Amino acid sequence: MGHMGLQRRATERAGKGRRYAGIGRFAVSAAIVLLGLWLLQRLLMPKYVSDVVEGALIAEYYSEEKDHDVIFIGDCEVYENFSPAVLWRDYGINSYIRGSAQQLIWQSYYLLEDTLRYEKPDTVIFNVLSMQYNEPQREAYNRMTLEGMRWSSSKAAAIAVSMTEEEHFLDYVFPLLRYHSRWSELGAEDVKYMFGSPKVSHNGYYMRVDVKPAENVPEGRILADYRFGDNAWEYLDKMTALCRENDIRLILVKAPSLYPYWYDQWEEQIEDYAARNDLLYINFLELADETGLDFSTDTYDGGLHLNLSGAEKITAYMGAVLRQETGAADRRGEEHLARVWEEKLAAYDREKERQYEELRQNGGSDEL
Amino acid sequence: MLFTSYSFLGFIAVLFLLYYLIPRRMQWGLLLIASYLFYFIAGPSWLLYLAATTASTYFAARRIQEVGERQKAYIKANKERLSAEEKKAYKVKMKSRQRGWMLACLLLNLGILAVVKYTNFAIANINGLLRLTGSAARLDFWDIALPMGISFYTFQALGYLIDVYRGTVAAEKNPFRLALFVSFFPQLIQGPISRFGDMAKSLYEEHAFEAKRFCYGLERILWGYFKKLVIADRILVGVNTVIRDTETYQGAYVFVGMLFYALELYADFTGGIDITIGIAQALGIQVTENFNRPYFSKSVKEYWRRWHITMGTWFTDYIFYPISVCKPMLKLSRSARARLGENIGKRVPIYLSSFAVWLATGIWHGASWNFVVWGLGNWAVIMVSQELEPLYARFHRRFDVRGKGWFKLFQVLRTILVMSCLRTFDCYRDVPLTFRMFGTMFTRWNWHILWDGSLLGIGLSAADYVILLAGVAALVAVSLLQRRGSVRVRIAARPYPARFLVWYGLFLAVLLMGAYGVGYDASQFIYNQF
Repeated sequence: MGHMGLQRRATERAGKGRRYAGIGRFAVSAAIVLLGLWLLQRLLMPKYVSDVVEGALIAEYYSEEKDHDVIFIGDCEVYENFSPAVLWRDYGINSYIRGSAQQLIWQSYYLLEDTLRYEKPDTVIFNVLSMQYNEPQREAYNRMTLEGMRWSSSKAAAIAVSMTEEEHFLDYVFPLLRYHSRWSELGAEDVKYMFGSPKVSHNGYYMRVDVKPAENVPEGRILADYRFGDNAWEYLDKMTALCRENDIRLILVKAPSLYPYWYDQWEEQIEDYAARNDLLYINFLELADETGLDFSTDTYDGGLHLNLSGAEKITAYMGAVLRQETGAADRRGEEHLARVWEEKLAAYDREKERQYEELRQNGGSDEL
Repeated sequence: MLFTSYSFLGFIAVLFLLYYLIPRRMQWGLLLIASYLFYFIAGPSWLLYLAATTASTYFAARRIQEVGERQKAYIKANKERLSAEEKKAYKVKMKSRQRGWMLACLLLNLGILAVVKYTNFAIANINGLLRLTGSAARLDFWDIALPMGISFYTFQALGYLIDVYRGTVAAEKNPFRLALFVSFFPQLIQGPISRFGDMAKSLYEEHAFEAKRFCYGLERILWGYFKKLVIADRILVGVNTVIRDTETYQGAYVFVGMLFYALELYADFTGGIDITIGIAQALGIQVTENFNRPYFSKSVKEYWRRWHITMGTWFTDYIFYPISVCKPMLKLSRSARARLGENIGKRVPIYLSSFAVWLATGIWHGASWNFVVWGLGNWAVIMVSQELEPLYARFHRRFDVRGKGWFKLFQVLRTILVMSCLRTFDCYRDVPLTFRMFGTMFTRWNWHILWDGSLLGIGLSAADYVILLAGVAALVAVSLLQRRGSVRVRIAARPYPARFLVWYGLFLAVLLMGAYGVGYDASQFIYNQF
């Protein structure tokens, strides 16, 4: 028995050892696989630093201190036309823009929902241009808006309603599946910014100082139906309700961009909606005299978007409206916030100077 | 649910998990549910066709079995009473009843197949004839969808029926078990066309989880995805560009398109079969191999013994042999020998039977004249090379090249070229266009496109060509290694880090170099449509 028992125990020990070795091997292999996939994903995802920087805007919000009085929500008509730095410098209003390229209204709604997880601003300003879209549009724009969002039920819902037919939810969960073939176009930036990239916006504002005057702006083509779609209305209603539930003042704006064309019929529908829901609606297209906007100097792409000069003009006007209509407080006396903004304004001015310098070096060319 | 979709991967992952968690006696039931769910997702109404084929085959096979058993019982009970002639007459009578059941079931199922697959082809031909006769009358085309994999599951079911009739397998008593054999989802859409006798045991028996077998299955699936996503779906863009714009892409482009299509088809079909067999293996089920490195064949005849093997053996067993030995054919053979001499006369039944087989093979592949001509083209090449055998023999007696490496390589390349030429009928819209495009290879002299960068203008970038070259190199290397036995077994014998590197490397190759996701068209497997 003694000998047999020892032998059996030795066999059992060896079996146990093999099992542990197997489990260890599996754990190490799984770790290598997952680490490899994570590194590849970091490498292959677009970095949006020196090209198509709009893709970086949404994610930058999360590294901010969340104590904003005003949140702008919308597409390029907010992140290129309003400058939070001016609101702070001139009015002491702490604001942030949660906007991205062709940000659809349901994406704006879910971004607002997402924002409310972190803070409760006094005012939300929504730009209404995206009311023109009733269906998902383009995958590339979806990516720029949705990839930057942190995971939450809002992000999942935003993805679900935004996907075009060719897209798949799993591609958002594992972006490596989407960008797997980018290996053939990798550049030095992809390696440099693999684990983090510098900020490209100023509280969500994308600065451009160059000038391309608006000339021969085309008239809008005739549409078969000028009514906004049900989907768009549904999300505007939801946004209005969400603001109301959270005791937030919702202001609708139409930025002064000359194109895409803003039809009178669209204007009427928004005016009606604002009146029905007791919302302030400002159409900057009709306020050129008040804002002092001049499309021969204040746009960098012929009237589609404003340059810094234009953005600062209409932001100054917006600040006055906010002070008057919402009673937004001047917070420049708050020490901590003032310090934060001091740094931000310094960065803002440095970027402004850098762009003007680049413009000068380009021999006076009006494009960067 | 495409094999290459995320939903399919999720589907098999859940299935694998459940399969080894539930009581083993319920495993085949789970597979049946999974198979019907898979088919339901593809097209809910198609389930009716599948169910009709299964039910009719089950019923007819059971009747055939019962008639056979009744015959045995009757003869046993009346062994003393019946004379030899009476016994024979009774057997003939019962055989005739069995044949009746078999023919009825064959007619029904081939009828269904013919109606859904060939009605519009027939209408197109009738309309063509009406046009030729100057008549203004036209028949309307039917708006009827071809149920996925109908050619495969119909042939599998009918193979089982004929085997029961021949007495090589016993009729399955449980209709649900037969339903699983007919609908087993991995092979439902592109084969292999399994035989009941080969598959039934492993399909219905209980399977404990075996890590090694399971891993082998996963490895085979991965290799299948490599072929499909890295090679087939990548080269697809180039093939489509060339064959869709017939005005621009002529001459050498046709040659390139033809070779690219041959590669695409091989990677696509064998990749799909690898996935099928891999899934089955992970479930512990044995599915017959369908390929044996066909592009290493030295003749077209050999190629067809090594390509889509289960279809070839199906046609041989259920069409070629029955036709060869049927009474009219034997009579014709005798008559031919008497009139044309022994040498030629004995070949007549073989040629006619193989003509029927290749005609059926062509039609089975698709409802168009392209496939008919393609099938008969194969027949012609095989018959001509058979007729030239004496000439080859004389050549080889005079020049001893048979064992030389370069000659083998020449034979392999010749087979690839001939098969690629025949495959052009798959590519173009109709037969005249195929001939016209083929002809441009000799009339439009633009072979400079092979080296002047023009091939970068057919939708494939330099990176695509690099991947394709690497992919083909991997295919050839694996095929060469397979000649000395299973590659997976040999990899399994290596130390763990080496194994890990190989399979993780292959996984990353599929993940990073596969043509899938946004920007790539999700491509059906080519054989899904047959």
